[in-house]
Amino acid sequence: MNALTALTLKASETTIPVVSPSDADGPFTLLWLIIALPLLGAAVLLLGGRYTDKWGHLLGTATSATSFVISLVLFVTLLGRDEGERQISQHLYDWIEAGGLHIGLDLLYDPLSALFLLLITGVGSLIHVYSIGYMAHDPRRRRFFAYLNLFVAAMLMLILSENYVGLFLGWEGVGLASYLLIGFWQHKPSAAAAAKKAFVINRVGDMGLGLAIFLMIVTFGTTSFSGISAMSGGATETTLNWIGVLLLVGACGKSAQVPLQAWLLDAMEGPTPVSALIHAATMVTAGVYLITRSNFVFELAPTAQTAVVIVATVTLLWGAIIGCAKDDIKKGLAGSTMSQIGYMMLGAGLGVAGYAFAIFHLLTHGFFKANMFLGAGSVMHAMDDDVDMRHYGALNKMLPVTFLTFAMGYLAIIGFPGFSGFWSKDKIIETALVENPVVGVCALLGAGVTGFYMTRMMLMTFFTDKRWEKDVHPHESPKVMTIPLIVLAALSVLGGLMLAGNWIVDWLSPVVGHAEHHEPPVPVIVLTLLTVAVVAVGVALAWFLVGRQEVPRTAPADVSFATKAARADLYGDAINEGLVVAPGKATVSGLTAGDRSIVDGLFTGGTTVLAGTGELLRRLQNGYVRSYALGILGGALLLVLTLVVVN
Amino acid sequence: MTEYIVLSAILFTIGSIGVLTRRNAIVVFMCVELMLNACNLAFIAFARQHGNLDGQIAAFFVMVVAAAEVVVGLAIIMTIFRTRRSASVDDVSLLKF
Repeated sequence: MNALTALTLKASETTIPVVSPSDADGPFTLLWLIIALPLLGAAVLLLGGRYTDKWGHLLGTATSATSFVISLVLFVTLLGRDEGERQISQHLYDWIEAGGLHIGLDLLYDPLSALFLLLITGVGSLIHVYSIGYMAHDPRRRRFFAYLNLFVAAMLMLILSENYVGLFLGWEGVGLASYLLIGFWQHKPSAAAAAKKAFVINRVGDMGLGLAIFLMIVTFGTTSFSGISAMSGGATETTLNWIGVLLLVGACGKSAQVPLQAWLLDAMEGPTPVSALIHAATMVTAGVYLITRSNFVFELAPTAQTAVVIVATVTLLWGAIIGCAKDDIKKGLAGSTMSQIGYMMLGAGLGVAGYAFAIFHLLTHGFFKANMFLGAGSVMHAMDDDVDMRHYGALNKMLPVTFLTFAMGYLAIIGFPGFSGFWSKDKIIETALVENPVVGVCALLGAGVTGFYMTRMMLMTFFTDKRWEKDVHPHESPKVMTIPLIVLAALSVLGGLMLAGNWIVDWLSPVVGHAEHHEPPVPVIVLTLLTVAVVAVGVALAWFLVGRQEVPRTAPADVSFATKAARADLYGDAINEGLVVAPGKATVSGLTAGDRSIVDGLFTGGTTVLAGTGELLRRLQNGYVRSYALGILGGALLLVLTLVVVN
Repeated sequence: MTEYIVLSAILFTIGSIGVLTRRNAIVVFMCVELMLNACNLAFIAFARQHGNLDGQIAAFFVMVVAAAEVVVGLAIIMTIFRTRRSASVDDVSLLKF
């Protein structure tokens, strides 16, 4: 009896919101169109070939923008509904029917996917517009827009699917688009290698996600969010832990978290709008989406949740440290992206208290990081595609719009009070401190390091002495590039408004659950001031180490071990090489040798013995009739003797 | 009765030793004939003992086969002699491993 009471108590303590959507009606029947439009755009541009060269970029932008308009209409409609009616599903068709397993191509539109829709189609459309200018002189611009549209369609599939198999379809689709776009300039061997690297490391993560889906099918007999969220309470904790850890492996691959982080820095070989859209604002945050969406698994899987927190904490420091030593402006931003996704994962790993803040930070990061990447693209555009910050300097006068918009993104990411990043990052640090002081202090330290590397980047690019060559003439980018920058800069400043009146937390609570508010050990205002102080220390350090000194045009070689390690991405490649690639190669060559000697030996060995015996026996055929006669006589005698003996 | 069989065995032994030891093809051939006739002698002796004609019929068959064999064999020996100017069986040893 007591045990039973304890069980019911436990069940009532962890209230996991069950996904129970209603059928789509009214404007929500247009849901499928949001995915179909960019997909159609990609198909037309890829199949139409060079006939579409002239207007391909316009079509690509138009499909993405139309999807954004539909998303906006749906969002406004959803805002008008009651909290309980904000989950809408649309059944497209039965996809897989295998015995007891039914998997449909269903779409789910709820507060979480609504926010993602706006981010992906909104930032996506801005980046499409920007790319019209950025890729203007590229002969393969039409193909670029086809891939961008393909990416948008796959990403929308990922976040709109109502089951894990549909999510997996989108997941693989964005992986493919990412591969195609990183290697877009495939004539460069480095770009081709980077694309391959991203693809291979992502497969490791995808394997994790795939296994998680298999385990769900075995355990629950379904992969739909509604089915699993209703049944997850009935599964054993071990099973849920396994599912959670496997989902985390998938998230690590896609979101460049340690130990599958090595591909993201190389992915910067792709065109800058790609880095902004895929490798900063949207695709790499899919891991955070996956974990937030799977809250009904992670809430009941404490071990998996702890694993998420550990991975996130390591990554947020790992990425920040790499960002401190990079001279390549895009790689610096990539290290920063890795670190910021670490913050989001940390929020998602903290459970009900953190999901909403993880998504909040994801959105603000989407704004300010896309803004800064596009800004970096604008700077590269002005500097003849040079990415080395040591060749920049004093660009604030030359590129006023780029400078000002970049500055907005900069203030947002370091968490300058009032800017969007301040609100979102502060909330994650605060939640982390409440849940676990060690993790919280790491997150706080990370904020300080963020202040350092972003200030360093800002100073080296826009301030200090000018270090560019005489034949470089920096010029402001055309309007088609600066207008997206201005819009994103505005969003970077104002993104914090989503937290006004705790709106985003309430908005997401039907999906991720509502947490009891725990007061932090010290007042919130003290924590906020502490965070700002730590960031200020980082900024001041950058000012003393970079801003007050002359920046050499070539990177100094006599640097500390820490700098060398950070320049080499904290030896991520060496670790992969030593732990995975080299042992893998050794195993394969060992197996090949075994196959040659043992397996092949069994077969060739038999024939060798037969051939040797034949070689010996053929000597009997010596050509002398009399020896044959002797043989016949011997044989006859033997026969007679045998008969005598037997009889 | 025993005498016939002993004689037959002696003739057969002489024939087989001749086949094994002599090199001249003609002599070898004659030794083969000797062995065949030793067999014939044994056949007829046994037929006489058992009082039926089976052995005698077998002896006729052996004679017919021997005659045919002589025709073919002598033709071969003659052809070999024409090409090699020798009737030694050891000289004709090209068909080997």
